[in-house]
Amino acid sequence: MELLSGAEMLVRFLRDEGVKYIYGYPGGAVLHIYDALFKEKSIEHILVRHEQAATHMADGYARATGKAGVVLVTSGPGATNAITGIATAFMDSIPMVVISGQVPSNMVGTDAFQETDMIGISRPIVKHSFMIKHPSEIPEVMKKAFYLAESGRPGPVVVDIPKDMTNPAEKFEYVYPKKAKLRSYGPALRGHSGQIRKAAELLLAAKRPIIYAGGGVILGGASAQLTELAKMLNLPVTNTLMGLGCYPGSDRQFVGMLGMHGSYTANLAMHHADVILAVGARFDDRVINGAAKFCPNAKIIHIDIDPASISKTIKADIPIVGPVGSVLTEMVAIVKEIGQAPNAETVASWWKQIDEWRGNRGLFPYDKPNRWLNSGGLGTMGFGLPAAMGVKLNFPEADVACVTGEGSIQMNIQELSTCLQYDLPVKIINLNNGALGMVRQWQDMVYNSRYSHSYMESLPDFVRLAEAYGHVGMRITDLKDLKPKMEEAFAMKDRLVFLDIAVDTSEHVYPMQIKDGAMRDMWLSKTERT
Amino acid sequence: MRHIISLLMENEPGALSRVVGLFSQRNYNIESLTVAPTEDPTLSRLTLTTVGHEEVIEQITKNLNKLIEVVKLVDLSESAHIERELMLIKVKATGAQRAEVKRTTDIFRGQIVDVTTNVYTIQLAGTTDKLDSFIQAVGTASILEVVRSGVTGISRGDKVLSI
Repeated sequence: MELLSGAEMLVRFLRDEGVKYIYGYPGGAVLHIYDALFKEKSIEHILVRHEQAATHMADGYARATGKAGVVLVTSGPGATNAITGIATAFMDSIPMVVISGQVPSNMVGTDAFQETDMIGISRPIVKHSFMIKHPSEIPEVMKKAFYLAESGRPGPVVVDIPKDMTNPAEKFEYVYPKKAKLRSYGPALRGHSGQIRKAAELLLAAKRPIIYAGGGVILGGASAQLTELAKMLNLPVTNTLMGLGCYPGSDRQFVGMLGMHGSYTANLAMHHADVILAVGARFDDRVINGAAKFCPNAKIIHIDIDPASISKTIKADIPIVGPVGSVLTEMVAIVKEIGQAPNAETVASWWKQIDEWRGNRGLFPYDKPNRWLNSGGLGTMGFGLPAAMGVKLNFPEADVACVTGEGSIQMNIQELSTCLQYDLPVKIINLNNGALGMVRQWQDMVYNSRYSHSYMESLPDFVRLAEAYGHVGMRITDLKDLKPKMEEAFAMKDRLVFLDIAVDTSEHVYPMQIKDGAMRDMWLSKTERT
Repeated sequence: MRHIISLLMENEPGALSRVVGLFSQRNYNIESLTVAPTEDPTLSRLTLTTVGHEEVIEQITKNLNKLIEVVKLVDLSESAHIERELMLIKVKATGAQRAEVKRTTDIFRGQIVDVTTNVYTIQLAGTTDKLDSFIQAVGTASILEVVRSGVTGISRGDKVLSI
């Protein structure tokens, strides 16, 4: 058996766990780990320019693959800089393992240099956290961290490692733990068959059913099962912002995204539905609008791996706790076994109504899961660029674009430097309206157009900024240039292109639900409402 | 309604802070809390009382169960149970008051566990209501100090909370 130091065990474990990239930034408390990393050739460390970007890169990788992204930061400011990214991952249930350095264990609690209580500061925004008490427990704790991050309802896990735990002079026996043992943790492996049958019967008898599918379908890898059920019963499907791509957006049964800025069709179909099948969605306040007025005639079936998501804001009539994939597979089987189709006449009249609402509104370009990535729950500005970088690094052949604004991009603009170092030719589509658009829209609608700090008077020249970082910049001020310039940008496979696109400052986003109203209550333009 | 939630959790540093943190983080109410290791030194038993609507209590138990270190949980108030709270109370005991306090203590089946010329220290166990009644009977004017353990409890009959 091999004798390794705590730092070497950590790095060896990551290799044995199949980790290819880790995203981080060195500092005093993690120098032993960085030294061990220097000697390990099979893992590449990506040096970001700010720790927040490390977490978003790991997050982007996790969203595209379903596997935990790995972050390594030092104690104190390194750890606190990672907090926004950890909270972002937590809100969207993204698997992530964050390794933070800590001051030596005998100095913990003494306000030592660069000491922060990382376990305490991250507690409300992690699925779980560990502090290493002895170097020999590093492999086992790391195995638990990965298992917790990736299983059940995924989420970020913090492992805080005091510097003396990685001391190169102290060596211990290393064995890669094949399984994590946790007696107090056991996510549901399947749903309750009786409940699934009840749900199937309710769906078959429904007059105006709809599927409301969220990010849980993507995390649970259940797109195929969801599509099969929807096709079999000819059900309309709406997606949350987090769920986009879990059902083919170009399919006729897809009625668009729902919620605050959701489609007219989706919000109306939800409002008038008599049965809602919610799958891996959590009835977020940006989806349901006023809870008291939410879908007054609907019976609700709610499938989720996390029991605490069920009946949290909206009471479920048929709760089903379990992995969405296996529950949907069982539901499909039960529907087949029952052997009835929904009444053809009611299905036809429901679709006639939906098509009337839809008119000739377009379809949506999200046809596959894990392709549309955004900070849905936390709404983190500055998320896009580093997340796109995390995807590009792991999928070098794919076209990866970051759609952003001049406010958001400036929150992590320093990563343009990381992009040059690691050759990450993402395309940045900067919708530059010279104002914080969402804030400004609210100020127009609610605050009589008093633009309190929602505009920027000293925007940089993004073209020259991109060039200063060694990339290509383009400014588009005329609509007719948009398509050719974008084609030109995307044809430059090996260059990062920053497309700075001028947008009218007064432009608003519609539809927009009217606060505290029902799903159907929307502004459709500045003057027109439902 | 008042609920008594009792749980077994890993006897590890930080576990208690996750339970307490959950209550402040999610704006849940916590009225009393008591925690100590069990006969199995790897486990702690924690009992807390909380007040809230049924939907809130449901979320509390679900979110407590979600904590990785929580091994098992029971809402004692959902079935027959025994609840106890321990109180140590220091009361002025001079002149005629001295005999009166002793009588009241006997009526409540408490014990005087420490005596000085001016003060009795009384130990009393019972439900929260009983302890409240004792305080009322003695009268706040003569009370010098009160310390209460918070509610702890156990199910009646064969039902046990164990792993």
